[in-house]
Amino acid sequence: MVSIDETSFALKISGNWSRQATVKPIDQILSRLKSHPPQKIIIAAGTLTAWDSRLPSQLLKIMDYCAANNIQVDSGQLPDGIKSLLKLALAVPERASTRRGGSRFSWLSNIGKSIIDMQKDMYGLIVFIGEVALAAGALLTGKARFRMIDLLTFIQDAGPNGFPIVSLISLLVGLILAFVAALQLAMVDAKIYIADLVALGIVREMGPLMTAIIASGRTGAAYATQLGTMNLNNEIDALKTMGISAMEFLVLPRMLALVLMLPLLTLCADLLGILGGAMVSSTAFDVTFIQYYQQIKKAVDLVDFGVGIFKSVVFACLIAIAGCMRGMQCGRSASAVGEAATAAVVDSIVYIVVADSLITLIYNRLDL
Amino acid sequence: MGQANQNIPHITVSQLTMAYGNFVIQHDLNFTIEHRDVFIIMGGSGCGKSTLLKHLIGLQRPAEGDVFYRGQNFWRSDTRQRTQIMSKTGILYQSGALFSAMTLAENIALPLGEFTRLTPSEIADLVSYKLSLVGLAGFEDYYPSEISGSMQKRAGLARAMALDPEILFFDEPSVGLDPMNARLLDDLIISLGETLNATVVVVTHELASIFAIGTNSVFLDPESKTMLATGAPKKLLAGSDDPRIIQFLTRGEGRTR
Ligand SMILES: Nc1ncnc2c1ncn2[C@@H]1O[C@H](COP(=O)(O)OP(=O)(O)OP(=O)(O)O)[C@@H](O)[C@H]1O
Ligand SMILES: [Mg+2]
Repeated sequence: MVSIDETSFALKISGNWSRQATVKPIDQILSRLKSHPPQKIIIAAGTLTAWDSRLPSQLLKIMDYCAANNIQVDSGQLPDGIKSLLKLALAVPERASTRRGGSRFSWLSNIGKSIIDMQKDMYGLIVFIGEVALAAGALLTGKARFRMIDLLTFIQDAGPNGFPIVSLISLLVGLILAFVAALQLAMVDAKIYIADLVALGIVREMGPLMTAIIASGRTGAAYATQLGTMNLNNEIDALKTMGISAMEFLVLPRMLALVLMLPLLTLCADLLGILGGAMVSSTAFDVTFIQYYQQIKKAVDLVDFGVGIFKSVVFACLIAIAGCMRGMQCGRSASAVGEAATAAVVDSIVYIVVADSLITLIYNRLDL
Repeated sequence: MGQANQNIPHITVSQLTMAYGNFVIQHDLNFTIEHRDVFIIMGGSGCGKSTLLKHLIGLQRPAEGDVFYRGQNFWRSDTRQRTQIMSKTGILYQSGALFSAMTLAENIALPLGEFTRLTPSEIADLVSYKLSLVGLAGFEDYYPSEISGSMQKRAGLARAMALDPEILFFDEPSVGLDPMNARLLDDLIISLGETLNATVVVVTHELASIFAIGTNSVFLDPESKTMLATGAPKKLLAGSDDPRIIQFLTRGEGRTR
């Protein structure tokens, strides 16, 4: 309850002012102050049954308004507890220029902002690729410094530990491809060509692509979170101030591990995908293993494998770059680390698909 | 360790302006840090002490002005020279900033392996010695997550001292420690600084340590966004007539001594 004495403008506060109570907002007092600004107001307390932070916060609002409009406030008659809380809240004045301008923008400026952000992202990517190139140069001249044990750990994480999931997925992709192909080819009685379709499809396209997508979810995201957390914990600062290049020490072994392991995983995926095709065609479409094998020998040569493996090397670079860049540029908060992981996966999948189309186009022109 | 050219200040800060984007934190800072100073950076919270430290250790580029190490312009030097300067400094971060994927021994061995030609067994000996200096003998094979906060700080100190640096930086070393441990860490820093013959730069609010250990200082003010004074803390207290400095150095109780 607030009662106002009109002549002296004395506010008398009484009753229950806790969070649970239903209290009329003080807006009417403010509007009253606005319409008939007095010289001075007195704030006093009647019988307060209960109060909590709600009361001082409302009083502060009134006092702020009064301070801004040159109205004197006499709060001397308030209970000591409230007085000392108010004193505390007013002890450190808000510093000019501390408060950030409202972050609400019109949709037009939001579009502009996101384009500027995109530009910054592009710039960051180009700088990062340049730094990676320098580090790779240091590696080639034998000057790069990182711990062998790190490289081995990353190799184990990226390669052998990813083997089960890669084999499962590629076996299933082989099965599916074979089924789809068989249903169509059976219509023209050309079931033996299941082998061609599966083998070429897997070796040239699906093997590298599926493996890379799995790796971006497993390894790329892991890189982004690892580096993001290290940044959060000042570990990257510590490295820099030690004079150790974070590029060489953190990014290079991760990249190297993925570039070494992804082609191997792709090879496994190729073989298992072909095996999946064989299982379908021999059990459901009476093409024997031998026939299947003979047909594949005719259809697929080493160039096809080379084509797929080359792609996987490119994909490995892209995944590692996306993951490490997002991690290194990560902000310093828990949510930023999560965003970095998401962005790493999204980026690398986009890079992979774009690169895949380009490479396929180039192969096509080169007649490979 | 004993350096020629003792008459050139160890660090000179000249007309330094620090900013995040367009938001100026502090401007027109000018002070020098002599060899073997225990230099205190002080000021109210949020005034830019940690930011100043970042400028001194090469994590953030000045918006304007220069930082000189022994007369050599730090930010105008090339990367190799900067690395050279940085390899002679040790830094203890507020969080310790130990590499969480490495054991304590590996953490301390890292700079030794990078910047010296010692054999692995010599490095292992040095690591044990450094750990025992900070009271962590026997913790070689622990990971940072397996020891307590104050132990992490001390391990960070051991890593900062790994290369016997000429200058040690600390950001609020005793924050978050109980009074006993805080005191011990302060003592440790001083005695290590003395035995290493090192210059020490500390960000701290601890009045006790400011007066006990500080030989020189700079006072940053958040309101005017610049430094108010530089000099020995005791002299500042005795000789300054700026109420903001007196307030800070006496916890708002006014000059009594
Ligand atoms: N990354 C950043 N981006 C933008 N502004 C920042 C950033 N880091 C700090 N600031 C601003 O710079 C100012 C100084 O921060 P700094 O961390 O240097 O303060 P401090 O003096 O170390 O404070 P404390 O005593 O609390 O540690 C603060 O006002 C803060 O808002
Ligand atoms: Mg700070």
